Amino acid sequence: MAKKKTIEEPAAQQRGGLFAYAPAPESPAAAGDIATSYGHFIGGEFVDSSGGEALKTVNPATEQVLAEFARGTDEDVDRAVAAARRAFADWSALPGSERAKYLFRIARIIQERSRELAVLESIDNGKPIRETRDFDIPTVAAWFFYYAGWADKLDYAGFGPNPRPLGVAGQVIPWNFPLMMLAWKIAPALATGNTVVLKPAETTPLTALRFAEICRQAGLPKGVVNIVTGDGRTGAALTAHPDVNKVAFTGSTPVGRAIAKQLAGSRKKLSLELGGKAANIVFDDAPIDQAVEGIVNGIFFNQGHVCCAGSRLLVQESIQDELLDALKRRMSTLRVGDPLDKNTDIGAINSAAQLARITELTDAGEAEGAERWSPECELPGTGFWFKPTVFTGVSQAHRIAQEEIFGPVLSVLTFRTPAEAVEKANNTPYGLSAGIWTEKGSRILWTASRLRAGVVWANTFNKFDPTSPFGGYKESGYGREGGRHGLEAYLDV
Amino acid sequence: MSDTITRLDVLKTYKLYVGGKFPRSESGRVYEVTDSKGEWLANVPLGTRKDARDAVVAARAAVKGWAGTTAYNRGQVLYRVAEMLQGRREQFAAEVALSEGIGPKKAAALVDATIDRWVWYAGWTDKVAQIAGGANPVAGPFFNLSTPEPTGVVGIVAPQAGYGHSLLGLVSVIAPAIATGNTVVVAAAADAPLPALSLGEVLATSDVPGGVVNIISGRTTDIAPTLASHQDVNALDLTGAIAADGPGAAAALEAAAADTLKRVVRPELDPFAQDWTSTPGTDRLLSFLETKTVWHPMGI
Repeated sequence: MAKKKTIEEPAAQQRGGLFAYAPAPESPAAAGDIATSYGHFIGGEFVDSSGGEALKTVNPATEQVLAEFARGTDEDVDRAVAAARRAFADWSALPGSERAKYLFRIARIIQERSRELAVLESIDNGKPIRETRDFDIPTVAAWFFYYAGWADKLDYAGFGPNPRPLGVAGQVIPWNFPLMMLAWKIAPALATGNTVVLKPAETTPLTALRFAEICRQAGLPKGVVNIVTGDGRTGAALTAHPDVNKVAFTGSTPVGRAIAKQLAGSRKKLSLELGGKAANIVFDDAPIDQAVEGIVNGIFFNQGHVCCAGSRLLVQESIQDELLDALKRRMSTLRVGDPLDKNTDIGAINSAAQLARITELTDAGEAEGAERWSPECELPGTGFWFKPTVFTGVSQAHRIAQEEIFGPVLSVLTFRTPAEAVEKANNTPYGLSAGIWTEKGSRILWTASRLRAGVVWANTFNKFDPTSPFGGYKESGYGREGGRHGLEAYLDV
Repeated sequence: MSDTITRLDVLKTYKLYVGGKFPRSESGRVYEVTDSKGEWLANVPLGTRKDARDAVVAARAAVKGWAGTTAYNRGQVLYRVAEMLQGRREQFAAEVALSEGIGPKKAAALVDATIDRWVWYAGWTDKVAQIAGGANPVAGPFFNLSTPEPTGVVGIVAPQAGYGHSLLGLVSVIAPAIATGNTVVVAAAADAPLPALSLGEVLATSDVPGGVVNIISGRTTDIAPTLASHQDVNALDLTGAIAADGPGAAAALEAAAADTLKRVVRPELDPFAQDWTSTPGTDRLLSFLETKTVWHPMGI
């Protein structure tokens, strides 16, 4: 058996000494004015809820309330669906080239207002400004730009001549990439001629409401996009609404399953993007430093709040020690803290509830016998935080090897042969994504062809592009978002 | 009221557009452009064979950068052209009206259609690979993928006939070629070059890198044969080759192009009947592409 090497402690030196970072805070004021309370966006207007119930959204890094927003009632959902229905006839009858130009306008306005949106997203979600600035918001704009181009080219998309839209789409999105998930839902829906009612997550409604303003600046016809805020009850009212023709949901597998049951027997088209427990497979010939960067990106990007996160590291036994040493050294340099600091790598956990879930599962990992390790790092006094954590000695039966943690927690397993790697990688109910690290191209393709996962990254991880289809096998859901394939979910084909 | 003093307009000196700059013709010569009633409109450069060769050099130099940009980036640049053209709508409507002898309303509609055509092709940059490429299920343990790549420098004889040819037709032949990453040298319509030369001004302010589009006015019979026989031109669009005979005739140009095995797009059977307002398909978009297929084994 390999012997354990001691881990050097470069972190202390880097933080306090030679390579100390000066704070580089982004100004929260760049987020623009945040109202004290918000209603819904229905039929092109900001309107009050029919009910009196308000929810609060907090900055997870400070626990300060940012704003109140309405909990959408059944009646609110009804009004929004009716507005979308009214708008559908004209919107779907527009020439595709005209619909395209609305979407291009939206893409351009998002680019123009990208700093504002990046800061607002960081404040509401807790994710680092570096990620919202460099990833989330640029991807949002790119998504609208890409699908704008499809609006007048649907005849070429491979679904036969003149494919028709479905009608009103009810869309429910999660809190991990709030505006990006909105873009993934709304852009293809509008390009294909549908109108939408979208419910943002209850902890992150602000960028969706800001998006409503962008729709107004773009001159989008009233009712084409409607935003109804709320919690799970609001979402359930929307997916169950009899005048909704299409349901798109991104979120947990249990909720996805419930929606599939709810829709059984209806004529609604359904697409689901659910949980994952991706294997990041590192073969013995992999470039270690590059693999370590990929592993870190795979599990600590966005605090691990990523359905396709590389939450299981499958490392070939012969390089286990070398890889783990390098990984731990790298983890020691991760900067956890103020999401608005441009140097921050890991921001705040999105909510107290999610923090509790991560804590519960990691406690279970220890109780079941896995070995836990985190670098020394100071966490802020207020807000929701979790240290980047790695578990070694994990067996396939452990909960931390089977259940989605949705936090900065990596479970390490080992394998000896490629066949064993594939076997273990596929041994979860999920099948969203996977990673492969090896210098050998033929091994990448051999492994990829055997993985039951919708997206396979080779010598990279967590890459997204509007031209590239994304979605899962098995209990990670069905349907694809992105690319030409992403149109199908919104067409009557 | 004092006596009315008529303000004298400042007339534009029309120039070529080559390598992102606006040179006069190396010949130092111009020719007169008139409207449909024979009234003088402007003097424009009488571009020469040398001007065409200079333009090919500029186009070749631009290939690496332009073909190397991401499709997303090219899409945004083409969309930017639409944005800039929208702001100059009135100017182009006036030039189109004079060039084609049509009323202001029709001319404005043609400019609008031209703007939308840029948007149409802006949307194609990152989709063409998805309709023209794909995985091939070869019978063996191989990954096999075909992707389209730009062919290189495309010589274009701009439309000289058909409703909307002076601007809409022109853009309808330039945009699909550059959308996929080619660079172009355009022989502008000889008797309606004003919208073409003004288009250079739009391209120059639209993030289109210099050299990606080069526009030469002059006698088509001088410029087109130069492009057809040029060793460093990869493809030839003969849409505007309407001469019945001589070296500028389509058949002669195609024969000249055969020496270097250029990809050739032939003119319509009746170029005068061509209606540029009709919806473009993907023919032109796919005309200037090479298909590259990559094989890679699968195995442990």
